[in-house]
Amino acid sequence: MWDTVIGLEVHVQLLTESKLFSSTSTRFGAPPNTQAGLVDLGFPGTLPVPNRAAVRMAVAFGLAVGGRIAERSRFARKSYFYPDLPKGYQISQYDEPIVVGGSIAIGVGERVKTIPLVRAHLEEDAGKSLHDLYPGRTALDLNRAGIPLLEIVSSPSLASPEEAVAYLKELHTLVCYLGICDGNMQEGSLRCDANVSLRPSPEAPLGTRTEIKNLNSFRFLEQALTYEIRRQAEVLEAGGTVAQETRLYDPDRRETRPMRSKEEAEDYRYFPDPDLLPLVVDETLRAEAQTMLPELPRARAERFVRVYGLEPYAAGVLTSSRPLADYYEAVASAVSGKGKDSARTAAHWVMGDLLGALNRQGIGIEACPLAPARLAALVLRVEDGTLSGPKAKEVFEALWAGAEDVDTLIERLGARQINDREALLELVDRILEAHPRQRQDYLAGKDKLLGFFVGQAVKASGGRANPQELGALFRERLGR
Amino acid sequence: MRGEWHTRDVRGLLDALARGEVTPAGLVEHFLERIAEHDPALNCFVTRTADEARTRASRPLAGALAGIPLAHKDIFCTAGVRTTCASRMLSDFVPPYDATVVRRLDEAGAIVLGKTNMDEFAMGSSNETSVFGPVRNPWDLERVPGGSSGGSAAAVAAGLVPAASGTDTGGSVRQPAAFCGLSGLKPTYGRLSRYGMIAFASSLDQAGFLARTAEDLARLLVVTAGADARDATSSPEAVVDYPAALEAPIRGRTIGVVKEFRDAGLDPRVARLVDEALAVLERSGARLVDVSLPRLGLAVPIYYILAPAECSANLARYDGVRYGHRARDVASLEELYARSRGEGFGPEVKRRIMIGTYVLSHGYYDAYYLKAERARALLQKDFLRVLAEVDLLAGPTTPTVAFRIGEKNDDPLTMYLNDIYTNAVNLAGLPALSIPMGFVDGLPAGLQLIGAPFAEAPLLSVAHRYQQATEWHRARPPRFA
Repeated sequence: MWDTVIGLEVHVQLLTESKLFSSTSTRFGAPPNTQAGLVDLGFPGTLPVPNRAAVRMAVAFGLAVGGRIAERSRFARKSYFYPDLPKGYQISQYDEPIVVGGSIAIGVGERVKTIPLVRAHLEEDAGKSLHDLYPGRTALDLNRAGIPLLEIVSSPSLASPEEAVAYLKELHTLVCYLGICDGNMQEGSLRCDANVSLRPSPEAPLGTRTEIKNLNSFRFLEQALTYEIRRQAEVLEAGGTVAQETRLYDPDRRETRPMRSKEEAEDYRYFPDPDLLPLVVDETLRAEAQTMLPELPRARAERFVRVYGLEPYAAGVLTSSRPLADYYEAVASAVSGKGKDSARTAAHWVMGDLLGALNRQGIGIEACPLAPARLAALVLRVEDGTLSGPKAKEVFEALWAGAEDVDTLIERLGARQINDREALLELVDRILEAHPRQRQDYLAGKDKLLGFFVGQAVKASGGRANPQELGALFRERLGR
Repeated sequence: MRGEWHTRDVRGLLDALARGEVTPAGLVEHFLERIAEHDPALNCFVTRTADEARTRASRPLAGALAGIPLAHKDIFCTAGVRTTCASRMLSDFVPPYDATVVRRLDEAGAIVLGKTNMDEFAMGSSNETSVFGPVRNPWDLERVPGGSSGGSAAAVAAGLVPAASGTDTGGSVRQPAAFCGLSGLKPTYGRLSRYGMIAFASSLDQAGFLARTAEDLARLLVVTAGADARDATSSPEAVVDYPAALEAPIRGRTIGVVKEFRDAGLDPRVARLVDEALAVLERSGARLVDVSLPRLGLAVPIYYILAPAECSANLARYDGVRYGHRARDVASLEELYARSRGEGFGPEVKRRIMIGTYVLSHGYYDAYYLKAERARALLQKDFLRVLAEVDLLAGPTTPTVAFRIGEKNDDPLTMYLNDIYTNAVNLAGLPALSIPMGFVDGLPAGLQLIGAPFAEAPLLSVAHRYQQATEWHRARPPRFA
């Protein structure tokens, strides 16, 4: 058995209107090279000017993870030649990043593990090289050149692919919560490089690591790490040594392959970018970032447990994204205090029928056609006994499909639950009369026939009779 | 009738325009004729913009420099007009934008007659590294005009334009001003926007001007200075009314005479001219104080680590992919890079890219780049300490007067040492100017005045007072009278 050590470098594309050092738009999906201005193309004489919004987002992230915000940090040039890197260097941060330290808590089984962060820094993205668009040629799309990225570097504290995935999911949730990233991994808004090494025991010094580049989904991260851990273990068990190298994951073959070795590693010749003054985060900027901070997922889940009486699991699900949590909270606050279980009932409806309906239609909570207030009205009718479970589902479907309000629907569908003792007794007597044999059996000790009677009565009422009340009345009539 | 307009300074031309003695169109024609007649002997102009200039002169112009013909060093991007940096790499490059300095001069009503020759990418002190061939010094055609703004300097000295822009990374405005008998200003780093000025060494580059008088420099500075949202290193420091500040009294100003400027490399005849110039300033009311900058000797080594380091990254963008020279018939990406750059850059540019790549490399960074940055900070501190005690510093601009074309080509080090008195000023980010202070063997020599950050007004004022007391700035090369 080997002790696995994993660290992740995650590139988060910041959700700014314009690029990190120019006023060019960052909108995704524009035709190639239509969002590449003079500065982005590195035209002679053009100069970078930092985008304050990107800096604010980096500071907000730093505050959210409890990192130290550098009052003064520096942009540095990272030099290498590649056709999609217009200036021949990338503006990044090197030895003076904007955020130092901080941590992210992840759930590992039942317990919580804290993953310390090394740093987070701002940098510009490169363009895209398209090698298979024209045979024998490479096409360049420089729309992405200059898009702001926040590179978040974890310490090597992740012990398994599962932990790595949990960490990446937690980070994903966090940056989406903060509103600094759209979280769209398919479009490359969040990309991950993984460093992994093995050692014989946790006390042993770190083994030689390999870096797996560009893992753009949770699944690929898990698969790539699982493969790479096995590969390294096989190398070590055969008495070999792991080569320090950069590898690529091939999802089709489910394996990692070497990209370049350390001997070929580039010398990036970092030095402070003389076109940019030191980046100063003053009190104003810090305060602006502070106002961007929402209640963070973990704190919000704890509050949901405390205030709304939810199970920790439900609270976790409902806070997994900010729009979902906002939705739930809108429903919960509308029904809160109106019935002893109303907030829990609300959770039940949001997690069950609502998410089910959204899933069926393949839309996200952001695009939910059912306003929280309307779902809240339904929850209240369940809570006050107007609707039975099955009828409530019927009303929900109608509510989802149309514009009528809950009470109108209840009347139109005749869905109002029958709670009236006289009406229910009449029903009870009718059912008992119709089923004399079952009545005999029940009285002879076959208790579970109670359910049969209730079912028959509910059915006879068209689903409207209150099953709890019915159960009590049957027992009353039958004398046990 | 042939006018004498080329003998006037900007101030004199503005007066003539104001009095209606000449029109902008008349000035444009006069100077275009001068260029046509004399530039073949001098090689100042890389591109002439006669048609654009005539069109502009035919329209109403407003602004502090309305109707004044100018030339721009071919390092400033000019929308629709080829901008080459005197390099094969950019020999066909037509920028779609104006540099901020160019735009502000346009807004002030100036008329651009063309783009001037220079050392390739501003790397040189003699104008011999230009792909368009050397520029000649109007005082002696066998001699260099200095560099890298040699085309601008020679053009103003020969009366082809009354003033021109230049850039100064290590002395590239002041040294050619000294060699050509002109007034040349390098403002404080950040005083003028660098936007659209093709970068050599970003932390040292600063736009400047070459003209006959300090007064003209003040007029050019006041319309171009000030913050620019497109240059993060441009300063928000308020712009002073420099022309209005010219007449400030010199009495009571203290001028530091820097001991280290009198080193072994200084031509004694230039040293004597410095003494005479200082005597003039003293007679005008300034108080002379001996000061010392003990680390001044480090300036050249620091400069030749930092400037190449920055240039190696700044010039990485010329890769043959998007603009500029692109090698033909290449078989691989490596070959595209190697040949485009190999063919596009001249030897001095390549030398500096290699030095810069070396000093930034893993394992050498600490020993070279980092140490040079620290030494630069100390040098800057020395300057600021001295400038807290005196108003200005004075000394020679260059150790010698203009040397012969080809004289220093085989030995880059002696060429680099020509900038020994000017490099330090860029490293410290200070404003400085060079003004004519006399002749050695018929060749002009320059007095350098150095000020505290953003103290352009006192600097220009002292230079102006000196020029009120002397005639050196009125001397003109006989061949181009």
